[in-house]
Amino acid sequence: MRAEDAGSRASGGTAELLLELRGVTKSFPNGTVALNGLDLAVGRHEFLCVLGPSGCGKSTALRLIAGLAGASDGQLAWPNGGSAGDIGFVFQEPTLMPWATVFDNVHLPLRLQGRGRRRAEDVVMQALALVGLADFAGAYPRELSGGMKMRVSIARALVTRPRLLLMDEPFAAVDEITRIRLNHDLLDLWRGQGWTVVFVTHSVYEAVFLAARVVVMSARPGRIVAELEIGEPYPRDDTFRLSESYLRYCGRASAALQQATETG
Amino acid sequence: MARRRPERFLRWAMPLGLILVVLALWELGVRWNDTPHYILPGPILVAQTLVADWHTLYPSLLVTLRVTASALAVAVIGGVGLAVLFTLSRMVELSLFPFAVILQVTPIIAIAPLILIYVENTHLALLICAWIVAFFPILSNTTLGLNSADHNLVDLFRLYGASRWQMLRFLRLPAAMPYFLGGLRIAGGLALIGAIVAEFAAGTAGTGSGLAYRILEASYRLNIPRMFAALFLISVAGILIFLALTLLSHLLLRKWHESAARRDG
Ligand SMILES: Nc1ncnc2c1ncn2[C@@H]1O[C@H](COP(=O)(O)OP(=O)(O)O)[C@@H](O)[C@H]1O
Ligand SMILES: [Mg+2]
Repeated sequence: MRAEDAGSRASGGTAELLLELRGVTKSFPNGTVALNGLDLAVGRHEFLCVLGPSGCGKSTALRLIAGLAGASDGQLAWPNGGSAGDIGFVFQEPTLMPWATVFDNVHLPLRLQGRGRRRAEDVVMQALALVGLADFAGAYPRELSGGMKMRVSIARALVTRPRLLLMDEPFAAVDEITRIRLNHDLLDLWRGQGWTVVFVTHSVYEAVFLAARVVVMSARPGRIVAELEIGEPYPRDDTFRLSESYLRYCGRASAALQQATETG
Repeated sequence: MARRRPERFLRWAMPLGLILVVLALWELGVRWNDTPHYILPGPILVAQTLVADWHTLYPSLLVTLRVTASALAVAVIGGVGLAVLFTLSRMVELSLFPFAVILQVTPIIAIAPLILIYVENTHLALLICAWIVAFFPILSNTTLGLNSADHNLVDLFRLYGASRWQMLRFLRLPAAMPYFLGGLRIAGGLALIGAIVAEFAAGTAGTGSGLAYRILEASYRLNIPRMFAALFLISVAGILIFLALTLLSHLLLRKWHESAARRDG
């Protein structure tokens, strides 16, 4: 019952469910309870933003979904098949290997799956072209700007053509102009590639601009305390950013975040 | 640009000039005071001795360098190998690390005579002594480096199901490279010191004929200029080892590591 409910909320009632977390709790050996009873359903092809105060367990939730950590309690289900093997992850920092070129960094996931340089070349160059960095294949990370490094990191996440893209505050460290451009690029990519995206952020404005649905987490221990549909159709561009409805959504999300932070 | 040129020139000129001044003062001091050779020879006499005794000093230099180089090579293989083993198995690390520390903290000059007694082959004994001192910085630095790979990168490798071998080959070893090279530079100097100390311990009784042996021999004969000439060669060898390893480090890291990459390049 619940699953159907959440799935239909995900996008207009027709989408299948990709992933569901039920009553997920995570406590660390040192006694910190990061998540407590987290319920979250993610629909296929959905763009979901997770909004929450710093330290509320957002990264922990993503790591659980990615299979990098186990839940202490509760369930994580992939109702229609699929698994952690099908996931791309973008961290808050670009997290590139400084000793490897842009090409080799993007090649990494394929190389780990046993696909050599030559056999992977086309796919890697395609991924780089998607993020507009085809000319920088031979550069080293230290030669790139912060925004470009982030693009490399995104190219690496999508080179395996994952079904689910997990992004953990990916643009928190880049400047405002770059962030806006990366937001646009990301939406374009998402619409073109048919991914599901779970995007963690602490910025209300970013969440409202990107997401079809925004969920708000409480302060630690984290759980979902509010949910907000952003009814604006895609493609979205700067006119949405300047529209009154954008500001209204931001106001509502802001209020929800405020309340979540205070009540805990 | 205009300001960088003289700066670069000064970087070489200042220390070189200072060395020349010190040598000149030394020579003048010796001449003015009529200091006898067997107390303090002037630098010119030392240089003359170096040329005159080259036929005995040069082979000795080669002997010492060979011991140093082989000890360093074994230290690299052993140090890196053991460091890798440590990261693969915590149990191995816990059981073996204390031995490495014991070897490290015991002064080599105190163990060298024992090693020289137990190991028949003097050359091998010297090598072991030099190895003991060179080994630890490589082991500890490489272990630190292998464990200092970015946590998010480790997660990324796990996300893509990397095997232990892949994690080592593509992540931990490259991440450890700057640390290893730092350890190697220290170890290079230590290997030379270890070799010299062991040669002293072996003394004239040994069959060794390295530079330390030449110093001992010359001191028994009160041939002070030759002692200085041998000492000079040891210093030069140490400096050359350091420069060679610094160059190696620069070549391996210049593309990506902050320590070697040029900011304005
Ligand atoms: N490995 C860990 N051990 C102990 N506590 C942790 C660990 N990882 C995270 N935490 C704690 O769990 C809480 C949630 O962390 P995190 O998921 O990183 O928050 P967010 O990403 O929302 O800022 C924080 O209070 C953090 O200190
Ligand atoms: Mg976080």
